[in-house]
Amino acid sequence: MAIRIFQFSSPQTFYPLAGRLIPLFWVLAALFSAAGLYTGFFVAPTDFQQGEVYRIIFIHVPAAWMSMFIYLVMAGWAAVGLVLNTRLSSMMAQALAPTGALMTFIALWTGSLWGRPTWGTWWVWDARLTSELILLFLYLGFMALQASIDDPRRADKAGAILAMVGVVNVPIIYFSVKWWNTLHQGASVSLTRAPSMASDMLTGMLLMALAFWMYAIAAALMRVQSIILERERHAGWVKDLLEPAAVKGSP
Amino acid sequence: MKPRHKRLVLAGAAAAAVALAVGLILVAFESNIQLFFSPTQVVAGEAPLSRTFRIGGLVEQGSVKRAEDGVTVRFAVTDTARTIPVAYKGILPDLFKEGKGVVAQGRLEADGVFHASQVLAKHDENYMPPEAATALERARKAESESQKTLVMDRPAGGEAPK
Amino acid sequence: MEWGSVESFLSMGGRGAYVWGSYGVTALLLGLEAVLLVRRHRGARREPGAPGAEP
Repeated sequence: MAIRIFQFSSPQTFYPLAGRLIPLFWVLAALFSAAGLYTGFFVAPTDFQQGEVYRIIFIHVPAAWMSMFIYLVMAGWAAVGLVLNTRLSSMMAQALAPTGALMTFIALWTGSLWGRPTWGTWWVWDARLTSELILLFLYLGFMALQASIDDPRRADKAGAILAMVGVVNVPIIYFSVKWWNTLHQGASVSLTRAPSMASDMLTGMLLMALAFWMYAIAAALMRVQSIILERERHAGWVKDLLEPAAVKGSP
Repeated sequence: MKPRHKRLVLAGAAAAAVALAVGLILVAFESNIQLFFSPTQVVAGEAPLSRTFRIGGLVEQGSVKRAEDGVTVRFAVTDTARTIPVAYKGILPDLFKEGKGVVAQGRLEADGVFHASQVLAKHDENYMPPEAATALERARKAESESQKTLVMDRPAGGEAPK
Repeated sequence: MEWGSVESFLSMGGRGAYVWGSYGVTALLLGLEAVLLVRRHRGARREPGAPGAEP
């Protein structure tokens, strides 16, 4: 078992594996979003206080969850890369950052469009909104820092430290609505109590969350493939992979 | 652009992003992480009375009144312990309702009235169809009715045994 | 959920701009990311040394 894990932790063996997994995750993302959108728009009822505008929840909450979850996974991979000095882990962290930033932006954008008609404002410097904005800057800072250092190994180390320091922001985002007075309402779904949503609404939201999750995996795997090729371009296996004619003769 | 310049620009962007993040944190601390004060806190003198601040709570039932000028709205914000009267000129958000959450920004004037420049609705985390909300409301009313009956049935001058 | 007509579906109880503005931008951005990823991967396969097409 351990041998297999180490085998797949090499970029050379992971590259084709990722290639085989990507279509699967695209299909899952498509299926879950079709089911989620259908449930969200045609099964879930109108909300008693917000009317139809609450349907933004079906993308807002999944995007916000993914923005935090991707950050944790990214920081985890970056930490593994820093500690164990495994190339692929750092590449995974690098591959997750842009998708995480995108999820954060979507959460902020949809939140703004939702806040205007319900709260009466596009934006307020509330603890939840501010900490989510800081998350966006953490992602952008991580990406810019990595891009600014030419030596990839050094870039990985610097990025890992930034990513690990930034982890402290994730619980702040999550618990901000409990710790402080905020305009943002508390969580409708949590592990500690029954969800405060009608079941059809909840089903739609969870399906969309799965869709976003599958999308994020597919996107990260695609990006890590490119990163592997770009970083390992001098390795023999990349040359063999890209020029199959040259290796025909070898056993 | 030379690679060295590109690196410099990117390093600058990274530094700017981190500085911005730290700056935002400081701004948040500066004006206090709490978005609003409750009426109890205001009465206790915890709110900065010399400048504008936000108060938050529930719009008291039956308190919303339009003034004669047709623009000013008067209502009371309560946290069930204390109540602060509010005056506001402007458009109220859709979800502004008696008995629902509200956050108002403004200044507490000498007349004891909070003059708001912005009123935001704070909704809760419950989502359900209107029929379910009506049913819940009916059940709640029925329950409070039955409690009233119990109180009246209770023999005078003694705690009802539990 | 019964919408009755396409118009009532699009109007989202008068809040269509907010709802469709959210969904539209989300779809656009996710689609754009997917396109950039495919282009970057193609570029990397053609010429692995070249910097990625994706920002």
